[in-house]
Amino acid sequence: MIARPYGDTLDDGAVQFSFTLPVPEGPLGREAARQLVEKWGFEQVDVVHSHSLSEGFSFYVAYGRATTGIDLAGIQVEEATGPSVYTMDEANEIVRTRLGRKVVVVGACTGFDAHTVGIDAIMNMKGYNHHYGLERYPEFEAYNLGAQVPNEKLIDFAVKVQADAILISQVVTQKDVHIQNLTQFIEMLQARGLREQFLVLVGGSRIGNKLAVELGFDGGFGKGTFAEHVATFIVDRLLEREA
Amino acid sequence: MTAPVESKLGLPQDRIDQARELARRIARPVNQFIERHTTVSVERATLRLAGADGANAEGIPVPNLVVDQVRDRLEDGALLPYVNALVRTGDSVDGLNQKIAQGFRVDELPLGDRGALERKAEELVEAFATRVKANRAFRAACQERFAGRNHSPLLYVIVATGNIHEDVKQARAAAFQGADVVAVIRTTAQSLLDYVPYGATTEGFGGTFATQENFRIMREALDEEMERQERYIYLTNYASGLCMPEIAAMGAMERLDMMLNDSIYGILFRDINMYRTFVDQKFSRMINSFGGLIINTGEDNYLTTSDAVEKAHTVLASQFLNERFARDAGLPPRLMGLGHAFEMDPWLPNGFLLELAQARMAREIFPEHPLKYMPPTKHMTGNIFMGHVQDAMFNFASKASGQGIHLLGMLTEAIHTPFMMDRALALENARYVMNSMKDFASEIEFKKDGLIVRRAHQVLEETVDFLEVLDRIGLMEALEQGLFAEVKRPRDMGKGLEGIQERGPDYYNPFETYLASELGLSAN
Repeated sequence: MIARPYGDTLDDGAVQFSFTLPVPEGPLGREAARQLVEKWGFEQVDVVHSHSLSEGFSFYVAYGRATTGIDLAGIQVEEATGPSVYTMDEANEIVRTRLGRKVVVVGACTGFDAHTVGIDAIMNMKGYNHHYGLERYPEFEAYNLGAQVPNEKLIDFAVKVQADAILISQVVTQKDVHIQNLTQFIEMLQARGLREQFLVLVGGSRIGNKLAVELGFDGGFGKGTFAEHVATFIVDRLLEREA
Repeated sequence: MTAPVESKLGLPQDRIDQARELARRIARPVNQFIERHTTVSVERATLRLAGADGANAEGIPVPNLVVDQVRDRLEDGALLPYVNALVRTGDSVDGLNQKIAQGFRVDELPLGDRGALERKAEELVEAFATRVKANRAFRAACQERFAGRNHSPLLYVIVATGNIHEDVKQARAAAFQGADVVAVIRTTAQSLLDYVPYGATTEGFGGTFATQENFRIMREALDEEMERQERYIYLTNYASGLCMPEIAAMGAMERLDMMLNDSIYGILFRDINMYRTFVDQKFSRMINSFGGLIINTGEDNYLTTSDAVEKAHTVLASQFLNERFARDAGLPPRLMGLGHAFEMDPWLPNGFLLELAQARMAREIFPEHPLKYMPPTKHMTGNIFMGHVQDAMFNFASKASGQGIHLLGMLTEAIHTPFMMDRALALENARYVMNSMKDFASEIEFKKDGLIVRRAHQVLEETVDFLEVLDRIGLMEALEQGLFAEVKRPRDMGKGLEGIQERGPDYYNPFETYLASELGLSAN
């Protein structure tokens, strides 16, 4: 099936835009905005609103009709977890009955990143948006080391508690600072011969599974991830390993 | 900003008084510790106030070079050897700074005549006082000239490009769009650097380095915008982290108007050693007070890790403690921008009523304080359309409860640092909501024993209970046990511990003595 953006009629291709141009507000800016959206391949472009942001900048809202669609048959989804995700109780039950031991998980927000919101959402007792975090899972032993943890310290701690999985959160991604940090982490693990000892996962609002796997992680988790997704991934991989 | 506050909630004054008394008692042993100690950062800040500035070829700042030289006798303070070098060499402050940057050691000179050194030090104190008093007078004159032109609450936006010159463009646009306050977010992890970088900077992650030159560049730009917009534009930075007092010193000298400055935040959220933080916060607040800077405290952070309903009392308790520590450092209430935040789950039934109750409660308990209200962040999802509505509700709550400083929420929160258009949309949203409901607050009363009134009373009661626990076990013990923000901070752990120094009997700091006397604090 070919999918196109939908406004109010199938295949109408309706798309809305908002953007800023480094151009003063006025007829020139509005026409520039319209032609620009046309150049992107949209038809019936309409600049519905513009206003000045400062002397040299202006803001536009525009609509256009997409002329192309996408063939869904040709798409492979790059998610770490499939469509079926265990609930907290299911995950614990599987660990109890099929793994027969506690799962040890160590998490941290590494490098200079000071934002614990991501790792807290996955690990803290309270969790996020009514999804309990891993600390609440009775069959999981979860250690949340907090923010600005050096990669080396995280690895040392994981070795000490014999972790099954290491979770890294990266929120600040400006100028790709997270890529350097994540690459360094994998290199450190490899240098110490520990890469195969742990499942290593990375999460963050700008992280995807594809990027994570490219960097040498076992899985990556982006927006909309809850503890269940992470627990499902860990449990399934551990079962595979120990089978 | 300081109109009399009418009581709409009927909060019991005796319980408020009791909370303040508990805060006083909780702060007392901490203050006793503070008085007996200094830190490397307090000493570097003192040197900066005296004029120490610049850096060596490796980028190590002159104040750090001096403190490193005298580290083994820091119990006497770092100022005297620096002043001694000025007297011995006959150099100007700039001349000596250059020598030190090239490797000159002030610690190798024998100390000269004490009287001559003290006279030289008094001269430096005088120069500092003259500069900062001129800054205060200039600010007051501008605010007088443009009286009534700022919004109420003050509309506060952030810029965070990493490049001070790009920040200037964004800040000018924000002023054009109606902002009253511009904060330059610091680069990630600057709070953990034990030095302040030197000069203009163009590379940062998630923000821009706080340096004295960056302060000066932004100040100059905002002063120009002030003339153009005919509105005083407040400049804000962060006197927090390991260099808290030094940033305050730079801010007072470059006429910043506000500083993020919390007595506990660094301990909890940056794992900075508690002794270090307590000593640093006091000197930084003395400088902020003398410079006429409004501090912004960080209570909003509690609610990004804990629940806004369950933990509302920790916010109020922290406000009482921040107020106490600020008062003990000579800050008047009009400079205490105590923090709180709109972090209620948007899908909680009556969540807005609970939020309004808490915001109004803070207003009535701290009537003279320019309360700093922080926008939704925890429940912002990336759905920018929903986010814009959440921000509109926040704008409504702020105006309806009479807040002082209003940090604008961005519809793109949780996605990226603000684009120019995000800030413009946020300002448009706030200006629309707040103008459209301009006199709403004075038109409404709350139903006696209704949900809002009961909620405010309940949070106050829980706060008094919580402060009683803190009083019983002690603040430092409470931090060790994880009573704040669910994080445990042992007193002998954390960053910056090695920078603590007990004061000796000959400790000498005429800047501190001068500030204490100007601020009406009893001498240490």
